[in-house]
Amino acid sequence: MTEQSGAKWHDEPTDYAQIGKLPRTEAASANDAAPPAGVIGSLNITAAAADPELLDLPWHIALEDWPAAYLAALPRGISRHIVRFAHLGGSVIAIKETSEHVARHEYHMLRKLARMDVPCVEPVAVITGRTTVDGKPLNPVLVTRHLKFSMPYRALFSQMLRRDTLTRLIDAQALLLVRLHLIGFYWGDVSLSNTLFRRDAGAFAAYLVDAETGELYPDLSMGQREYDLEIARVNIAGELMDLLEGGLIEEKVDPVATSELIMDSYRRLWAELTEKESFELDERWRVGARIRRLNELGFDVEEYAIKTTPDGSTIQLQPKVVDAGHHQRRLLRLTGLDAQENQARRLLNDMDQFRADNNPDMDEEISAHTWVSQIFEPIVRSIPRDLAGKLEPAEVVHEVLEHRWYMSEKQDSYIPLAEAVQSYLDTILRHRRDEAAIMLNPDTAMLKILDAEAEESRYDEDEYPDSDD
Amino acid sequence: MATVTFDNATRLYPGTDKPAVDKLNIDIADGEFLVLVGPSGCGKSTSLRMLAGLEDVNSGRILIGDRDVTDVPPKDRDIAMVFQNYALYPHMTVADNMGFALKIAGVSKEERAERVREAAKLLDLEQYLDRKPKALSGGQRQRVAMGRAIVRNPQVFLMDEPLSNLDAKLRVQTRTQIASLTRRLGVTTVYVTHDQVEAMTMGDRVAVLKDGLLQQVDTPRNLYDRPQNVFVAGFIGSPAMNLLELPVVDGGVQFGGTVYPVQHDVLEEAHGRTVTLGTRPEDLESAPSGEGLQVEVDVVEELGADAYVYGHTTLDGKDHDIVARVDGRRPPMKGESIWVRPQQGHVHLFDTKSGLRLGD
Repeated sequence: MTEQSGAKWHDEPTDYAQIGKLPRTEAASANDAAPPAGVIGSLNITAAAADPELLDLPWHIALEDWPAAYLAALPRGISRHIVRFAHLGGSVIAIKETSEHVARHEYHMLRKLARMDVPCVEPVAVITGRTTVDGKPLNPVLVTRHLKFSMPYRALFSQMLRRDTLTRLIDAQALLLVRLHLIGFYWGDVSLSNTLFRRDAGAFAAYLVDAETGELYPDLSMGQREYDLEIARVNIAGELMDLLEGGLIEEKVDPVATSELIMDSYRRLWAELTEKESFELDERWRVGARIRRLNELGFDVEEYAIKTTPDGSTIQLQPKVVDAGHHQRRLLRLTGLDAQENQARRLLNDMDQFRADNNPDMDEEISAHTWVSQIFEPIVRSIPRDLAGKLEPAEVVHEVLEHRWYMSEKQDSYIPLAEAVQSYLDTILRHRRDEAAIMLNPDTAMLKILDAEAEESRYDEDEYPDSDD
Repeated sequence: MATVTFDNATRLYPGTDKPAVDKLNIDIADGEFLVLVGPSGCGKSTSLRMLAGLEDVNSGRILIGDRDVTDVPPKDRDIAMVFQNYALYPHMTVADNMGFALKIAGVSKEERAERVREAAKLLDLEQYLDRKPKALSGGQRQRVAMGRAIVRNPQVFLMDEPLSNLDAKLRVQTRTQIASLTRRLGVTTVYVTHDQVEAMTMGDRVAVLKDGLLQQVDTPRNLYDRPQNVFVAGFIGSPAMNLLELPVVDGGVQFGGTVYPVQHDVLEEAHGRTVTLGTRPEDLESAPSGEGLQVEVDVVEELGADAYVYGHTTLDGKDHDIVARVDGRRPPMKGESIWVRPQQGHVHLFDTKSGLRLGD
């Protein structure tokens, strides 16, 4: 699966000399009695950035036996490996025990994906040469940084699942798969479990978490894309059957039918992004229309091919290079704000409306600047510190704007921003759970899920802080 | 069940001029366990993916049974990729974990239950069918994953380094289970690994690839005893065969202080004044001082009954590594000098230029 077949996609090859070999146990040294200092000596850390705190973690202990003091209680999802979350400096990291070959492969793959601007988790380090105090070898680990405000799909089901939530989740997964396939990434294990979701203006943005089976190619064959899709369908169906079995979704959700949604969603998007379109010469407006449709879907067309037939009567149009993040880039350019695609779309809509309402002739950038200082910043500033961990700022702004719209619909009158913000804070935000690092303060529903997943877990419920609701 | 045929199958990646897999020809018998092995970049995984339908075949054909599947999508090829995904679902029983893909495929409840029961029997999981995965050991979970592939009754199992993320103990255990299970099932299996020990212990036959070219496909015994070229000779066997480029002299090959006798007609085949002589570590015997090669001992690895001597010798002013198996009860010490020569009839000769085997 991991070979250099003459093509150039392996500029950072796995350390093949180490494939399949277990780390050599260094002879136990005399001062082993005083861990971890005696054990650190044999560690081998490959890291993208220097995180000296990494050395403070108990690498000489098998991950499943780590003391609770080091752990951050986050929902883990289903994994074939032992996975734990721990605190590292100000962030939370995910640690996965696996073989050295797999860890290195995944580390480099995640780095490459990140460079190609695909939404995925950030790789932090590969640590090999772990041994216990008495010199017994321990499995190497891959360390990734936990994505703030992200949730595994199972955590989303701890709240009452609406059927359209599920559809949006699957749409987000399909979009991620399309983006991966566009850059030539064959995933090999597409599933909801291998994805994290962030709220994105009422929808979701999906992030790749597990690149263990993935490979980058110059281009994917039809067979690779179709097989990935087939894996996605089977895995999603399996995951939903499991939730159904565990009583975590409503009986009326049909796992098989729902899993098939990803096929449609993926194929529709793939066709829109890549297919050749032919039309008569006098329908030239269709060039602009196609590009606007792609923009609407959140893509920019970096390059497209236009050909005419020899008699000049027909035009063929095909997008060649498309780039996700159309709205994100526009928002960033106008305001410097970094948001997710749908959030950006939502904020841009409001910004455009703001300009139309106030000063249509004002320069777009100046108007955007005014919008940030009069709308965006006041909303963000009004979030009390104790509620700041509930949702991302951009998501809060989206929700406030939506809330304001509902209020004015209901009261049939203009609602000042300050009033809408206060109402939103009191009636909505205060009652949401913390999603900055969901589970640092788990609610009862989440505890129920974790309990059901006790298979993976060695925790007792009483190791968690008491839930506050 | 079916045969598998690679018929001049070639994969050329866009933008490259050397095929990743070059005119591959292998006939895999019905029920055979064939291992594809070779170093990184040899084309073994690409070959497997061509069979799976994940890689386009640029020329040549791939057949499963009599059916040309070269352009058939993966899911219609009646193959099962094993261990692609073996995350088990915690709320589902072992039986449901094994059979859920059949449910998706619309197989009736009765047939599902029947196929799951059959697979569970083979896998020794019958008494666990109603349990949840958390009640299983690591090895049993592995078998459930295997069960997922078995219940589909595929014509061919495809396995791409399925053991690479298991720890050493589970790896050896699972290796044995896979080999015996696929034989009991009689399902044709194509298995990719970079590990020649895994290849030799599992395969009915082993295909050795390098740079996209098939080097030799043979039984493990023949690969070991009669490697067709220098590459196979050096790749198969652990510790590796000693390979030395030695001068051809009257009556044989100059092996340090002695002439190793070789028949004239064999030496005739060689192009040039040297040949490459290979001897396995266990085929070197100790020789009286002055005969054979003088080896400076660098490391001695004691294994009980035997010991391996890792040392070096100097030929024409150049150092060469030599590995020899010696009696474990009387191993030499590091830094000592020993004399070794090949046992009669236990050398492999290769044309230095072409690398091909000379003689029988």
